Amino acid sequence: MKCLAWWLLAAAASVGAQPDTRRSGLDFMTPALQTLQRDDTQNPAALWLKDGEQRFSTACSACHTAPGLRGVAARYPAFDAVAGKPVTLSQRINLCRSRHAKAPPYATESSELLGLETYVANLSRGQPITPPADARLLPFLALGRQLYGQRIGQLDFSCAQCHNQHASGRLAGSTIPQAHPTGYPIYRLEWQGMGSLQRRLRNCMTGVRAEPYAFNADEFTALELYLMQRAAGMAVETPAVRP
Amino acid sequence: MALSLINAPARVARGHVFEIRASLAHAMESGQRADSEGRLLARDIIRRVECRYAGELIFAADLFPAIAANPYLAFHTVAVASGPITVRWQGEHGFEHSASVTLEVT
Amino acid sequence: MTTRRVVLVAGLGGVMIAPATALPDSLRAALAAFTGGAPVREGRVQLDIAPLVENGNVVPVTVSVSSAMTAAEHVRRIALFASRNPQPEVLVAQLGPRSGRAVVATRMRLATSQQVLAVAELSDGTFWRQGVDVIVTLAACVEG
Repeated sequence: MKCLAWWLLAAAASVGAQPDTRRSGLDFMTPALQTLQRDDTQNPAALWLKDGEQRFSTACSACHTAPGLRGVAARYPAFDAVAGKPVTLSQRINLCRSRHAKAPPYATESSELLGLETYVANLSRGQPITPPADARLLPFLALGRQLYGQRIGQLDFSCAQCHNQHASGRLAGSTIPQAHPTGYPIYRLEWQGMGSLQRRLRNCMTGVRAEPYAFNADEFTALELYLMQRAAGMAVETPAVRP
Repeated sequence: MALSLINAPARVARGHVFEIRASLAHAMESGQRADSEGRLLARDIIRRVECRYAGELIFAADLFPAIAANPYLAFHTVAVASGPITVRWQGEHGFEHSASVTLEVT
Repeated sequence: MTTRRVVLVAGLGGVMIAPATALPDSLRAALAAFTGGAPVREGRVQLDIAPLVENGNVVPVTVSVSSAMTAAEHVRRIALFASRNPQPEVLVAQLGPRSGRAVVATRMRLATSQQVLAVAELSDGTFWRQGVDVIVTLAACVEG
């Protein structure tokens, strides 16, 4: 039901009638970790950002410029006509490589791919998440919304139960955030490294004792599409730090 | 080729104290973790970090497994002369990496 | 405990010696190895670390020691210890007059809730310390 409330808020926010109660995971962290994210000279993801920038200049700058890619990450996932379905930013990077750069794709969750994705998404830092108004995305958005509300796993929890109903509540020693994907790829302290939204979602599924979908499963793209829609208007923070 | 970052101001007035922030992409495998089969992952850490500037070792640190992955160190030094600031990381199994930034002292 | 502290303070001209009895054996041994057995006093060292930590894998920590950092009077070494990690040593940093400021920051691992201890060796051969008790919580929804 909170999900419905959010849709109403999002609609009302467009006429400035209701306060926006959405908060980034950044707001749920202690001051020490907030500093770790906000200070570019302290953010552990800075290493991957630098690597991504260097890789961009050798692998991508034949076709792309940094200014030309500002705002792109804020409107992903986007529909890919050839694939006939939406693709995530990292999938787009690999599609560019195979279709245009005639180069082999980077391995999923590889340091190379995460670095590039971090660099490209960082170019949109500060910009509002702007899901494309593309009618072709609607069936996938509906799937994402359905998956978000679906109970799964031995613990029989849905995303909505923790992240809508019990956001700001406690799960053992941790505060439950609202699950807005504002800063991906993130440096997760638990991983001691970088990872994608999909890696994080797989952790959620393991957390409720459900078999996680495979990496690059259509379910993940649908979920990401829905999560970005739910976070529409919130600022991109990549690269974020999360516990 | 290891991935490292050194953050320091490009320009400092002579005699002023400034901060250097150095980080390195490295797992700092503590030797306490086990893999999915339960086998202990062997320790593999950075053991020593040294910073040389204007002809001297101006900072050094001995690191232990309790230093977090992708080790980060911040320390200070006095701006005495223009030139390179070099950080050297030394690890187990012969790991070694150096990186430099240039400082202009005004 | 209070009586012992009063006696020590009176006996050493008002200088507060930190009692080592609260520390685990391994930490006491590591501390003795660092100081060569010299007494360690409370003060001069400021240990900045969050009292509550969301994930023990990456804990930002800063140690500052008040010192003019001149050739005559400076900090020689700063050491960090964790009382209940598998191994107590965390870091030993070497500074000197060219440091300008005795401030060192890093990120450490904490296996569990425990006391973190920062110890400084000054050029006059004295040792100073500050300890902070840190509570470590575990992250939710992890990989395995």
